[in-house]
Amino acid sequence: MSIAISVDDVSKSYRKYDERNQSLKAAVLRGRRARYTEFAALSEVSLEIPAGSIFGLIGDNGSGKSTLLKCIAGILTPEKGRITVAGSMAALLELGAGFHPELSGRENVFLNAAILGMTRQETKLRFDEIVHFSGLEEFIDAPVRTYSSGMYVRLGFAVAVHTDPDILLLDEILAVGDEDFQRKCMEKISDVHGSGKTIVIVSHAISTVARLCENAVLLEHGCISNRGPAQDVVDFYLSEAHEVVADEDNLGTRWGSGEARIEAVTICGDSAIPVNSIRSGAPITFRFACSSSTRVDHPVIGIAISSIDGVQIGGVNLNATGPILKYLNGTASVELVIDDLPLVPGAYLLTATLVDQHLARTYDFRDKFLRFDVIPDSTGGDRSFETGPLSLGGIWRLVD
Amino acid sequence: MSVARKLIEKRELISIFTLRELRTKYKRSVLGWTWSLINPLATALLYTLVFSLILKVEAPVGNPSGIKNYTVYLLCALLPFQFFNSTLTTSVDVLVSNGNLIKKAAFPRSIFVLSVVMAMTLTLVIELGVLAIILLAMGNSVLPWLPLVLVLVFIESIFVLGVALMASVWNVYFRDLKYLITIALQFMFYLTPVLYPITLVPKHSEIFGTDLPVRALYRLNPLVGMVESYRAVLYDLRFPSVGTMLYTIGWSVALLVVGFWVFGRNERRLAEEV
Repeated sequence: MSIAISVDDVSKSYRKYDERNQSLKAAVLRGRRARYTEFAALSEVSLEIPAGSIFGLIGDNGSGKSTLLKCIAGILTPEKGRITVAGSMAALLELGAGFHPELSGRENVFLNAAILGMTRQETKLRFDEIVHFSGLEEFIDAPVRTYSSGMYVRLGFAVAVHTDPDILLLDEILAVGDEDFQRKCMEKISDVHGSGKTIVIVSHAISTVARLCENAVLLEHGCISNRGPAQDVVDFYLSEAHEVVADEDNLGTRWGSGEARIEAVTICGDSAIPVNSIRSGAPITFRFACSSSTRVDHPVIGIAISSIDGVQIGGVNLNATGPILKYLNGTASVELVIDDLPLVPGAYLLTATLVDQHLARTYDFRDKFLRFDVIPDSTGGDRSFETGPLSLGGIWRLVD
Repeated sequence: MSVARKLIEKRELISIFTLRELRTKYKRSVLGWTWSLINPLATALLYTLVFSLILKVEAPVGNPSGIKNYTVYLLCALLPFQFFNSTLTTSVDVLVSNGNLIKKAAFPRSIFVLSVVMAMTLTLVIELGVLAIILLAMGNSVLPWLPLVLVLVFIESIFVLGVALMASVWNVYFRDLKYLITIALQFMFYLTPVLYPITLVPKHSEIFGTDLPVRALYRLNPLVGMVESYRAVLYDLRFPSVGTMLYTIGWSVALLVVGFWVFGRNERRLAEEV
C-alpha cells in the first residue's frame, strides 16, 4: 500500500516567553530579544499514513496532536526531521478561514477556495455546487458580515469539502454546528473517503475517532504512546488512568451566591478511575466534590446532561433519592450512580447545580461546563440503527 | 530560485489577495474609490498653500518642457512618495493583522506583503494617469514618456517590496517597529525633494566646524533619485540621468534580495509568534 504522509523523526518546540514584551525598548535594554524557555511539543515522532485511509490523532490537551497536524499542513516548520506528503493537500483547521466580512459570499468563496489551494477555474466550475450545498443561494451576494454564525460555517464547510484534495486534514471542525450539519459533515467525509482520498482527523471526540478511523495514534507529551487500529488505540487510551477531570475547557457560564460551591465533578466508569469517555449502556458514576464556607442546611445537588448543541436531554436532583445530605459544612463528596447510560455515542455537556432545599436560592450553577464523550459499546462500532441522543434500547419482535 | 517558483505557482492567490486589498479599502464609504484621488489632490492643495503662497518656494521651469507650476511640480514627486509611504505603513502591519490566517493556512507568507504592494502600485498607476491628464491639459505632451513612467513605477515597486518585506516580518517580533517607521517616514518626507527643488539644498555647509558636502550626502537617500527621475520624465520631459537611475536600480535590487532573505529567515516561526 502506498504512503500518503510520512513523518520521519519530527521534533518541534515552542518558545515560552517569560514576559510577553515584544517591544524594541525591552530588547534594547536587555540587549537581546525577550527571554524564553523552549518547550518541546513534539519529540522524535515518526509515523506513516497509508493512502486512502482515515487516520486519527488523539491525545489529551497539550499532547501535541494539533502541533503535529500543523506541521503536516506546513503551517509550522519542525526543527528536526522530515515530513513527506504525496499529492495535493488541504488543511481545514477553521471553517471559512480568511473570510473578509466586507466582501460578499461570492467573493469570499473564491478567496477561501484560493487559500485552500483551488485555482480560479476550478472554483468557477464548482461554484454552483458549493452554493447549493451551503443552501445560501439567496444570500450569496450579501456581505458576509450580515451572515449568522451558522451561515458562515455552512459556507466555509461547503467550500472546504469541494476543494477535492488527495489528502484532507481536519482539526476539531467536526465539533461545530448543529446536529443536522454534523450529519452532513459525516456523510461528506464518507463520500470523500469512498473516492479514495486520505483523511487525517484530530479530535477530542474519542467516539468520532473510534467510529470513523481505521488507524490511529495516541500522543502523550509529544511522543507516540500507542498506535494501531483505531478501536484498539481508543481502548488503550480509555484504559489508562487520566489525571484529568474530564475535559474542562472552561465551557459555559457559572453563577450563584457562592456560600457553597461545586469544586469538581469527576466521571467514572466500571472502575474508580476518572475518565472522560464512557461506553454507551455501561454504568457511569458522577462524583461531586462540594465545599462551603459556612453551614448550609439541606443543600440539593442537581445534574443535567445536554447534547453538544445545547439541548437538554435530562436532569435529576438529590431530592429524587431523599435527604441524604443533611447539611454541608466544609467539604463533602456525593455521587450519582447510573447503571446503564442510555445515551447514543457522541459528545455531551454536563451542567451541575447546588441550590437550597426549596430550589429558591442558587449557591452555585455551572452551566454546561464539562464535556464528556460516549463511545460505542464493546460489541463493535456500528450504531447506525440509532438516532438522536437517547438510546431507546428495546427489543423488536415479529407479531403474527 | 525556489521562492520565485512558489510565488508563480500561487499567482492566483496573489491576484485574489490584491483584489481583496483593493475592494475592501473604500467599502462602505459613499465616495469609494474617488477618495484615492481626493486624498493626494487635497494634500497637494494644502502644500501649495503653505509652501508656494506663504513660504514662496519657486518651482523651476521645466527643461525642455517650459512648464512652470508648483502644484504640478509637487504632484510629480508627491504621488511616488505617498506610494512609498502608504505601502510601507500598510504592509508593516499586514502579517499581524492577518495573524489568524497565518495560523490556519499554509502558503508563502510573502504573498500578504506582495499583494499590498501590488494593490498600491495599481493605485499609483491610476493616480499618475490622472496627473498625466492634468499635464496634457497644461500643454505638457507627456504621452510618449508614459512607458518610461511605468518602468520607474516598476523599479520603485521593487524597492518598496524589499523594504516592506523586512518591515512586516520584523514587526511581528518587535511591535514597536510600526511606530518607529511612522517617525522615520516623516524624516524621509522632508529629506526628499518633494516640497522643494533639490537646488535649494546647499552644496556645502559648515556644520560643527567642518565643511560638509551636504548635497552629496543628501543624495545618498535613494528616494531622492527616485523622485527626481519621475520629475525629469513627467515635468521636464527628458530622460533621467543614467547615474541616478543606476543608483536607484542598484538599491532596489539589493533591497529586494535582502528583503526576501530576511523574510525567509524569519518566516518559519511566524505561525507561532504572530
